[in-house]
Amino acid sequence: MEFGPHLILAILEGLVQASVLTLTALGLSLVFGVMRVVNVAHGEFFMLGAVFAYGVANSIGGAPVVGFVAALIVAPLLVGVLAAAADWLILRRLDHDPERTIVATIGMLYVIQQITLMTYGPDAHPVTPPFNQRIAIPWFEFTDKGLEFYFPWGLSTTSYKLFVVAAAIVAGLGVWLLMARSRLGLILRATQLDRETALAFGIPVQRVYALTFGFGAALAALGAVLVVPIQQAHYLMGGDPLLLSFIVVIIGGLGSLRGTVLAAILIGMSNGIISVFFSPTLAKILATLLVAMVLVYRPQGLFGKKPA
Amino acid sequence: MMLEVRHISAGYGKVQVLHDLSLGVKAGEILCLLGRNGAGKTTLLKTIMGLVRARSGEILLEGVPLNDLPAYKVPRQGVGYIPQGRRLFAELTVAENLQVGLMTRGQGDEVLEHVLTMFPRLRERMDQRAETLSGGEQQMLATARALCLRPRVLLLDEPTEGLQPSMIAMIRAAVVELRAQGVAIILVEQRVEAVLEVADRVIFIENGRNALEATPDDLRANESLVHRYVGV
Repeated sequence: MEFGPHLILAILEGLVQASVLTLTALGLSLVFGVMRVVNVAHGEFFMLGAVFAYGVANSIGGAPVVGFVAALIVAPLLVGVLAAAADWLILRRLDHDPERTIVATIGMLYVIQQITLMTYGPDAHPVTPPFNQRIAIPWFEFTDKGLEFYFPWGLSTTSYKLFVVAAAIVAGLGVWLLMARSRLGLILRATQLDRETALAFGIPVQRVYALTFGFGAALAALGAVLVVPIQQAHYLMGGDPLLLSFIVVIIGGLGSLRGTVLAAILIGMSNGIISVFFSPTLAKILATLLVAMVLVYRPQGLFGKKPA
Repeated sequence: MMLEVRHISAGYGKVQVLHDLSLGVKAGEILCLLGRNGAGKTTLLKTIMGLVRARSGEILLEGVPLNDLPAYKVPRQGVGYIPQGRRLFAELTVAENLQVGLMTRGQGDEVLEHVLTMFPRLRERMDQRAETLSGGEQQMLATARALCLRPRVLLLDEPTEGLQPSMIAMIRAAVVELRAQGVAIILVEQRVEAVLEVADRVIFIENGRNALEATPDDLRANESLVHRYVGV
């Protein structure tokens, strides 16, 4: 295949990665932004989303679309409730202290991982996509007869991958609407800006924190449900999303949702494109180098604010 | 008494700041707290708000204990707080800051309209981020935000700090109007002349304890009192 069609394919793969990464990183960024908690267990909530999706889709049976829609609703909800409970039972008792919560979420990471291994097992399991039609992508060339379109061999995507991109856009817009236009969003932003003053204006900060932790985890789980028909659910699958989410949040600026979305698109796309043309390892090396450069030259991230 | 503080002790970690401190304020009264830096005035206001937990003693709002409540429920009882340094939600707009105040006790547009009538300049700045306002406008917003919850008791921590005289006059007029509406006011001030202009009673706090209670007339008659307890 020529370079042009190859690039289109790489961009499409990158878009899918960027979509899932945007949702996962938004969850991590929201938790850090509002609560100042670095959630090291975030990748495990992603993994739980995938595992629950497998469980729900398998237990319902019938047409794949029914199981998938059920998983899309139930898995993020279950993960969100679990995470909110973990916040209430563990992080609240540490008064959401930034340092002690890092240790606590490392503990949560191992507990979730090991419980999943004991119950779900070490094998990877697929979830059947609700639809998966192949969509051939046209390319063009200039011939003696002028501009001609044709379908190069191998240049295709699937309807499900396009659905993942569309679903992530809808979910991202939903998060933006929630944060910018709703009463709950105002409460979250006020709490993020000044916890003590929020309390002095009747905002139940501890409940807001539990809700935020749950919502952040549910976003990661939603990303996992979307990706599990492409990737398969496995108890060790949380590592990569965690690493990439941290990379995205550092580049975008800690706590900046706009920066998170743009950095997720940048990292997801470059990851996809470099993986197709070179290797996934090189993609990760370059992303890590980019993080190092951001930390050296702009430690607050591309869209973060310098601490006063 | 609208608000009564009885034998309160409070502090941060191992450091005890307030020692067996008591005071009360009636509806339609301005009680001013004077004292040197570090005397415990701000800690007292924070303890009333539940932001610092009282170790012993009682805080009563019309006889109902406040210090058993979680901090977020204190403002919902009608206790408004204007913290030192204003503590606005800097990245929120003026309208959003006021909305947070309105949400505290579920107040609506009627209260917002009343507050904007008191501070008409804010009406022109509704879509502006709080951090872009001038110092005086920020103080107006901090006051307006607290008034949005229609307080029965209002705690003000150095509201005129760093303001130009015209702004100070506006804040003072607002405080006097609130007193006329029956709000009980506790005002922490460093500027003694500002205290003398508006206070009904003055309590000096020294090392977290009540040192002396006086009227503005007592202070005018005996300036050495101010010098002794405030150091000016």
